Amino acid sequence: MNAAISVQSLCKHYQDVCAVDNVSFEVQQGHCFGLLGPNGAGKTTTIEIMEGIIKASSGQVLYRGQQVDSNISQQIGIQFQHTALQDFLTVKETLSLFASFYQETLPQTKLIELCDLGDFLDRDNRLLSGGQRQRLLLALALINDPKIIFLDEPTTGLDPHARRNFWQLIKNIKAQNKTIILTTHYMDEAEQLCDDIVIMEQGKVIEAGTPHQLLAKHFEDVFIYLPCEQVSSELQAQYCWKDLGDRIEIPSKNVEHTLSLLMQHQVALDGLHVKSANLDDLFLKLTGHSLQS
Amino acid sequence: MNFHRFFAVVKARNIEFFRDRSSLGWNLFFPVLLLIGFSFIFSGEGRPSYKVGLITSDGVEQSTKQKALMQLRFIEFIDYQKLKLATDKLSRHSIDLLIDYENNRYWVNEESSSSYLMEKIFLGEQQGFARLESSGKSIRYVDWVLPGILGMNMMFSCLFGVGYVIVRYRKNSVLKRLKATPLSALEFVSAQLVSRLFIVMFMSTVVYSGCNLFFEFFMLGSYFDLFVIGALGAFCLISLGLLVASRSKSEELIGGLLNLTSWPMMMLSGVWFSLEGAPDGLKVLADFMPLTHLVAGARAIITEGATLSDISFHVNILLVMSAVFLILGSYLFSWNTER
Repeated sequence: MNAAISVQSLCKHYQDVCAVDNVSFEVQQGHCFGLLGPNGAGKTTTIEIMEGIIKASSGQVLYRGQQVDSNISQQIGIQFQHTALQDFLTVKETLSLFASFYQETLPQTKLIELCDLGDFLDRDNRLLSGGQRQRLLLALALINDPKIIFLDEPTTGLDPHARRNFWQLIKNIKAQNKTIILTTHYMDEAEQLCDDIVIMEQGKVIEAGTPHQLLAKHFEDVFIYLPCEQVSSELQAQYCWKDLGDRIEIPSKNVEHTLSLLMQHQVALDGLHVKSANLDDLFLKLTGHSLQS
Repeated sequence: MNFHRFFAVVKARNIEFFRDRSSLGWNLFFPVLLLIGFSFIFSGEGRPSYKVGLITSDGVEQSTKQKALMQLRFIEFIDYQKLKLATDKLSRHSIDLLIDYENNRYWVNEESSSSYLMEKIFLGEQQGFARLESSGKSIRYVDWVLPGILGMNMMFSCLFGVGYVIVRYRKNSVLKRLKATPLSALEFVSAQLVSRLFIVMFMSTVVYSGCNLFFEFFMLGSYFDLFVIGALGAFCLISLGLLVASRSKSEELIGGLLNLTSWPMMMLSGVWFSLEGAPDGLKVLADFMPLTHLVAGARAIITEGATLSDISFHVNILLVMSAVFLILGSYLFSWNTER
């Protein structure tokens, strides 16, 4: 595969705190790459070193095998986790300001259409809603038509509807063969958007791969859930099924076989729910705690 | 240096300033209110203490009358050996009365309320002196204080308009976002400097012209020279603002630093009162303040008709200070993106 970015043995120390600890991975051209982890895992520090915003204590980042140079800002697009925009400027003026910084830019009309900014072009930056603001920040990240786009927690704080709209924008961008590096602590977002993921905790990479590979590697079973009162305690004890308080969790390598077993024991199947493991389950398994916690 | 990017930032910053109505209003009305306030205050009772010039000659002892007058409290006495210099100071409100004991004569400034009162005090104490008026066109206190008020307003606008804004940009990550673009630190800093210089000179010109309609300010020198010394002073103060704001991320700290920088200048740079007769140490300290040279230069142009070459001392000091502040500010400037 063709690596767009190669991160090699990256470390970042803030006095006694090790924010990034020997992190290495590769991002393939045209992929959406997810850096996952809870707050404080080192995602933002890692991504900002990759962007050239902060310097690594050691290690290096290579773009197509080359060291990062001062020209990199012409070639990448960045949406930071926390960014204020200049007050009193309208959306249109902000786009013009940022367009002036680059040698080559996307036509403004295309950008407006791509990020759906048409309805609030003349609105003061201070008066934008959370979703509108994130769309403007995404537009600023795309203004130089970059091949590589960094999105740091782009949907944090958005309502579910705005988040889903934003996902669609990212899918549209990805369809243009752009490489996207996304940090998030929303597992559903990563499952929807990412081709490859790295899971970080306490500055370290604890797992890497495609979501499918990782789930297949760590979970052979699917889970069947039944209300507690429908499963006798003897049966529960016999098969070592887990009592979750209001329901029983039954791991299964073969759903058909497990359902036959339940029927043999005359267990009522009302309220039965079958679920595959997801990235949240994976994170729970790897770290012993939920990502959202 | 990419001028396309540079002018884009200048334009954006100017738009931000002119659309911020509260800041715009403050910059317009604050100096006008001060001017109106002082014109009323000093057309009435005058300043609370008086300064009296005494013409002295080397080797001549003080007369008994002079010694008696100098016993009076709350009056500051300043010796002058050159009559022309002393009468000029009287005309310019630097002193309130001038007495020549050797020749039994004294001078008053007819336009000055303080001079009028000081004359009454003097005549109440001593008699037999010939009365003379200061030579040349006398100026009102409002004419004298005008460069100080405009200079002070420029100082606050330059220091806080640049220093505070940059720290706010740094704190809320606007600088971080700009750093992620090809915009260089030189382009950003230069754009802030030019934008603020334009704003300050534009606002000062509007305030001066507007107030001139009502006050008909005294002006002996050239408006061009006044504009040049104003622009030079503003440039120097903006550079100082950039230096103060070069690294910090804390609005509280920068607020304190800017107050620490601006308040001594407001008190010691001759904005409100002349430093004539002040201790030498204080005068030396005042010479290290850009506002001192801006106000002194502008005042010399307005009240004495000085040219830029006449005030070359102030011009040169402002140039040197600007260079030092800019070099240090550029060297120390940090986008400060690290957490």
